[in-house]
Amino acid sequence: MAIPYTMEFEQPLVEIESEIRALEGRSGSGEQDYAEEIAGLRKHHDRLLQKIYNGLTPVDTVRVARHPNRPQSSDYIRMIAKDFVELHGDRRYGEDPAIITGFGRIGSLKCMIVGHNKGKDTNEKIACHFGCAHPEGYRKALAKMKLAEKYNVPIVTLVDTPGAFPGVGAEQRGQAEAIAVNMREMSRIRVPIVSCVIGEGGSGGALGIAVADRVSMLQHAWYAVISPEGCAAILWKQANPQTNAEAAQALHITANDNLKLGIVDDIVEEPLGGAQRDPAAAAVFLKEWIVSNLSKLRRRKPETLLNKRYDRFRALGAYDEVTPAPAPDPRPES
Amino acid sequence: MATTGTKSWAELKPAGASRIPEGLWLRCPGCASMIYRKQMETNQHVCPECAHHYRIGADERVRQLCDDGAFEPLFDDLRCVDPLKFKDLKTYKDRLAAEQKKTGRHEGVITGRAFIKGRQLVLGVLDLHFMMGTLSSVVGEKLTRAIELATAEDLPLVIVSGSGGARMQESGLSLMQMAKTSAALARFDDAKGLFISVLTDPTTGGVSASFAMLGDVIIAEPRALIGFAGPRVIQQTIRQELPPGFQTSEFLMESGMLDRVVDRRELRNEIARLIDYAGK
Ligand SMILES: [Zn+2]
Repeated sequence: MAIPYTMEFEQPLVEIESEIRALEGRSGSGEQDYAEEIAGLRKHHDRLLQKIYNGLTPVDTVRVARHPNRPQSSDYIRMIAKDFVELHGDRRYGEDPAIITGFGRIGSLKCMIVGHNKGKDTNEKIACHFGCAHPEGYRKALAKMKLAEKYNVPIVTLVDTPGAFPGVGAEQRGQAEAIAVNMREMSRIRVPIVSCVIGEGGSGGALGIAVADRVSMLQHAWYAVISPEGCAAILWKQANPQTNAEAAQALHITANDNLKLGIVDDIVEEPLGGAQRDPAAAAVFLKEWIVSNLSKLRRRKPETLLNKRYDRFRALGAYDEVTPAPAPDPRPES
Repeated sequence: MATTGTKSWAELKPAGASRIPEGLWLRCPGCASMIYRKQMETNQHVCPECAHHYRIGADERVRQLCDDGAFEPLFDDLRCVDPLKFKDLKTYKDRLAAEQKKTGRHEGVITGRAFIKGRQLVLGVLDLHFMMGTLSSVVGEKLTRAIELATAEDLPLVIVSGSGGARMQESGLSLMQMAKTSAALARFDDAKGLFISVLTDPTTGGVSASFAMLGDVIIAEPRALIGFAGPRVIQQTIRQELPPGFQTSEFLMESGMLDRVVDRRELRNEIARLIDYAGK
């Protein structure tokens, strides 16, 4: 990974890493071999790394989820899909690079892959609006999912967005409608759908491609109704490191929180120290999750598939019922 | 262009427009003339001078829309539970208690069976006065039950939206109500049900991005704010002045995003007429 990028909570690791590098530099230059010392330091390093990542606060998790070296949809597609055929355009207005769509083979399964795309270099990031899709992105996603349905090809969606793009054109072309229609249509697409939040799961912009039979999050991803900063700005009246941390905590954004709430079904493990440390290993875990779930879902009859998908979302929400709902009464006179 | 969509957001949004000040007379935020409160109220909370539509609560909406006594509330037994023990500057629990005291209602939506000009239907009305009509687990559940009832009994469905979006204090669970209501509407659509979505000032965020924009017919009251992102967020993102009339009902109709802009005083007639064309 080209750009060194250290988060504060990883600072204790930096010193050990530079010690290791120094010893490695001196090794082999002469009579002294530091293999034992290096191995010791490595062990210490990994233990510390484990400890740090086990103790990540919610707001730290957000930073990991946004890490510039964290693999994106395009990386996962490259690592887990063979013969990827990208398909462009919504056939209505334009091509939105903030969502990538296309056919690909994952293991032995032919799939339609739909994923938010944040972009790698500055130009691509700007073109992708940093992963914030426009209505044409959501409409493209739906068009390709319908194509998959037509050919009985299962769908994999990878969620990684701070949120849908807030802009004049996006509003004019119906951002709200595009997201709403995606959710309605995804609930009745007659092929299996699995979704994984690989980085950021920002609100409706995330859910617009995440109505699925099975939903997971990578271990250090976040998923919530609003970003911690957005929430802090509104409910705490100001976004600063302190209020952002409080909001991140209050919003229950982590994979564990979302699993407990039933919003996701599984947590997909990341390599030690996060996917950004070892994208290839992260891709292996993700691929395993996709393949095992799609293989099971493919055995369901379409009717069963749709009923279970409906029931999955139907059951979400927390409330009390003070008395049983009354049986439908006779119609009121009028 | 049917109506004037040229006012800026600032002009449309005078401070305190959501709560009508007490007193016999009030200054209309639409035309600045002094109007007699009683006269405004008997005019369905519409300014007799300039047709400015005042924001109204769910009870008043039900009174205005339904035939006399022809509304039967349903699913009123659902209660908020504060699933996340949410606390910002105040606790969610305290906020809920305050809103419940203020409105005399347990939650931000009324759902039930109704008759409008003799046509039977299922009605849902979000209550702006309860936490800005935000979408919570209870609101989502009540609306979903209403949609399922309309599906089961083959009745037309009308939902009147007015909401600031998803309720942050229930985080992911409120977000999921968007998917839940949208999925229920897919089934209603499969059953060829008629869903008339009525958008009022304001309809934004997670409510606009779910059931509110899924109407078979979408109607908006004049000059309502309707959009996905709030104007301030957009302005901060693009760092430009927003075009005049941006995100008003009239702007949306011009953009092709809704069917009709309808004066509140015509809403009953329009709904009844649509049911005659498309209802069963
Ligand atoms: Zn007036």
